[in-house]
Amino acid sequence: MFKFARTLGCIAFGLLFTRLCLAGTFVFTAIPDEDETRLKARFDQVATYLSKTLAVDVRYVPVKSYAAAVAAFRSDQVQLAWFGGLSGVQARRLVPNSQAIAQGEEDQSFKTYFIAHSSTGLKASPTLPKKIADLSFTFGSKGSTSGRLMPEFYLRKQFARSPEVLFKQVGFSGNHSRTLALVQAGAYQVGALNYKVWDNELKAGRIDSSKVSVIWETPTYPDYQWSIRGDVDAIWGEGFTAKVTEALLNMKDPALLAAFPRSAFVPASNSDYKPILNTARTIGIID
Amino acid sequence: MNAKSYPLPTSVVTSLLFIASALLCWIFADLSIVTRTPWQEFFRMAAGVFSPQWLPWPELLSALAKTLAFGLLAVALSALVGFLLCLYFHKRGVKLFCASIRAVHELFWGLLFIQLLGLHPAAGLLAIAIPYSGIFAKVFAEIIEESETESASSLPPASDKVSQFFYEKWPRIKAHFASYTLYRLECGLRSSTVLGFIGLPTLGFHLESGFMQGNYGLVTAMLIMLYVLIASIRVWARFRLMPLYAGVAAFYLWAPLNIDSTLVLSLVHDMSPLPLRNTQTEWWPWFSNLSSTQIFPGALNTLLITQIALVLTGVFSLISFPLLSKQFFPRPTRSLSHLLMVMLRSTPEIILAFVFLLLWGPSMLPAVLALAIHNGAITSHLLARHSNELELRLDASRGINRYLYEVLPRIYGQFLAFLCYRWEVIMRETAIVGILGIHTLGFYIDSAFESFRLDVAVLLIAVSALMNICVDEVARRTRRRLHLVKQPLVRAC
Repeated sequence: MFKFARTLGCIAFGLLFTRLCLAGTFVFTAIPDEDETRLKARFDQVATYLSKTLAVDVRYVPVKSYAAAVAAFRSDQVQLAWFGGLSGVQARRLVPNSQAIAQGEEDQSFKTYFIAHSSTGLKASPTLPKKIADLSFTFGSKGSTSGRLMPEFYLRKQFARSPEVLFKQVGFSGNHSRTLALVQAGAYQVGALNYKVWDNELKAGRIDSSKVSVIWETPTYPDYQWSIRGDVDAIWGEGFTAKVTEALLNMKDPALLAAFPRSAFVPASNSDYKPILNTARTIGIID
Repeated sequence: MNAKSYPLPTSVVTSLLFIASALLCWIFADLSIVTRTPWQEFFRMAAGVFSPQWLPWPELLSALAKTLAFGLLAVALSALVGFLLCLYFHKRGVKLFCASIRAVHELFWGLLFIQLLGLHPAAGLLAIAIPYSGIFAKVFAEIIEESETESASSLPPASDKVSQFFYEKWPRIKAHFASYTLYRLECGLRSSTVLGFIGLPTLGFHLESGFMQGNYGLVTAMLIMLYVLIASIRVWARFRLMPLYAGVAAFYLWAPLNIDSTLVLSLVHDMSPLPLRNTQTEWWPWFSNLSSTQIFPGALNTLLITQIALVLTGVFSLISFPLLSKQFFPRPTRSLSHLLMVMLRSTPEIILAFVFLLLWGPSMLPAVLALAIHNGAITSHLLARHSNELELRLDASRGINRYLYEVLPRIYGQFLAFLCYRWEVIMRETAIVGILGIHTLGFYIDSAFESFRLDVAVLLIAVSALMNICVDEVARRTRRRLHLVKQPLVRAC
């Protein structure tokens, strides 16, 4: 029995020791938006790359929701995060001096696709068709820029009504892939999703174009970005923010970029996301 | 158990009242069916079921170990706290405190603690342990209450309270405490899985990932692990080993926690109502706007779904319990049905609801059915166990006559008691389907967290807790009216 207790003690000490060593670790996370399968394996590669380039310990922690990513950023459990447009704005409002430092090449002009089930008879058109009123409609996740914020903004702009009034039913599928699955099944008649997810699913052959098609695409807007806390320079040394930015901009390995998935990272700043903040204010997501 | 102890009229009247309220709700509820082209997605689901996709061993083992560790530690902790609380349960304040902490679903506790503690294991642990402590306190108090009526004190009148408890009461109630604690383990494992949906690194984490991406092979693999875990509880769970298990779990999950006081202060600030923080916002417009857009519709939808799901739960369990009962079927059939029921009651409701959503389109129907099947499977299991204890005459009729004239009248009172207990549970679980976009209070609470309006979230959580306490009280009175207060205890999540 005594031996057993000692063994347990050793294990406990071992665990304690490894945890303490991690205390100086630079931690990042990413919102769960793209392909989540093997997410950890793919982002661990990114952590290894950043570790080498920055010469500090870097670790990735997975999260399940936009809100959890923002909460972790706020409570300093992560210092760097790959946010969506809206979650980035929300996070930076909560953490003083935090900055957007880099965005994907594609994020400078991101867009949302409105899709419809074939039974609606809706076809691709240059404006949102009037006939979508009184159908059933699904957004993606509640905190998503491309799956919620921008589609809601354009719906309100064109119809001057809130989605709850405009449609017979309004759902939140949870993410872009679910939106596609539900509209393709006809469970919801119309939906809105991230254009990259649509393109990827189309390439993978998971879209049956006799059942679901794109009926409208939004004008472009800025979306995903890397945001970093304002106090990292004080902890990891002067110029650390600049070092992290450089490491992200120099990430050229396609295997690493595939984790996001983006073709390259380009510089970004807080002011790039002014339009997102204004839109969120307009539709009342941010007070 | 003879027919006299439950006067037939009362139980019939109660049933009719339940059914009438469900029918009334049916009128206001949207239960329309829209079927279009779900078959492609179902085909992918079926393909996934037949080709489970296993994670690499280290990840799988870690998810399994964490599911176990969170469940075990939380149940052990809450049994301990519940035990301490139950000793003071006769005090009104304690009773109210327990009722309010258990009225909040563990998902909401989880969302709150993620705000406070971020991704620290303590967030998940507290999310399960807090509501469970309230439940343990209530059930333990009921066990003590029942044991008291059984015999008079055999100790000298002058003996002190502590001796009275440990020499007189404890030996009699120990077995009940132990068996309830072990029973609660099943609920604990399920809760720790469900909390994976909001970020706990348990089986539910991968389950949600697979589900959200339409990777049904991964979903199947994770569900199989969960079924195995739950079905194997009786092999490894021993009351005496609980402290050891809990200790190992604590070592395994332990991580240093630094609480930043400025962060806590700013969160407390965020949780206080907006008019208190911002002088430009007036109390009444703020509250009336919230009432008309969120509180009232949310509460109404929650109530509609609860009442219909409650009656369907009853129907489901009355139809299915013979499959599990030795009064009706031989062992092979029963074993097979038992397996099916474990699957139905362990599969998280949100997955059932999604399948129905694909099939019938968006209305309250998917949510109602998902809740009814999940809860019906549990009630069915309990009813079957109860019916197994009946001693029928050797020449008792068989088949449908045995069901209608021998078994049903004898267990009907117990059936209503089970339903009364499920009432509160079903209402709490409407929270989960709220996340699918059916506008229950759970839906609005989730939205408030997503838009960082913690004051609104806290207010809505308080409203849903209040509704739960009301339903609990009505259920308690109904049981008393049915003379079901002194019935054997319900062991269910």
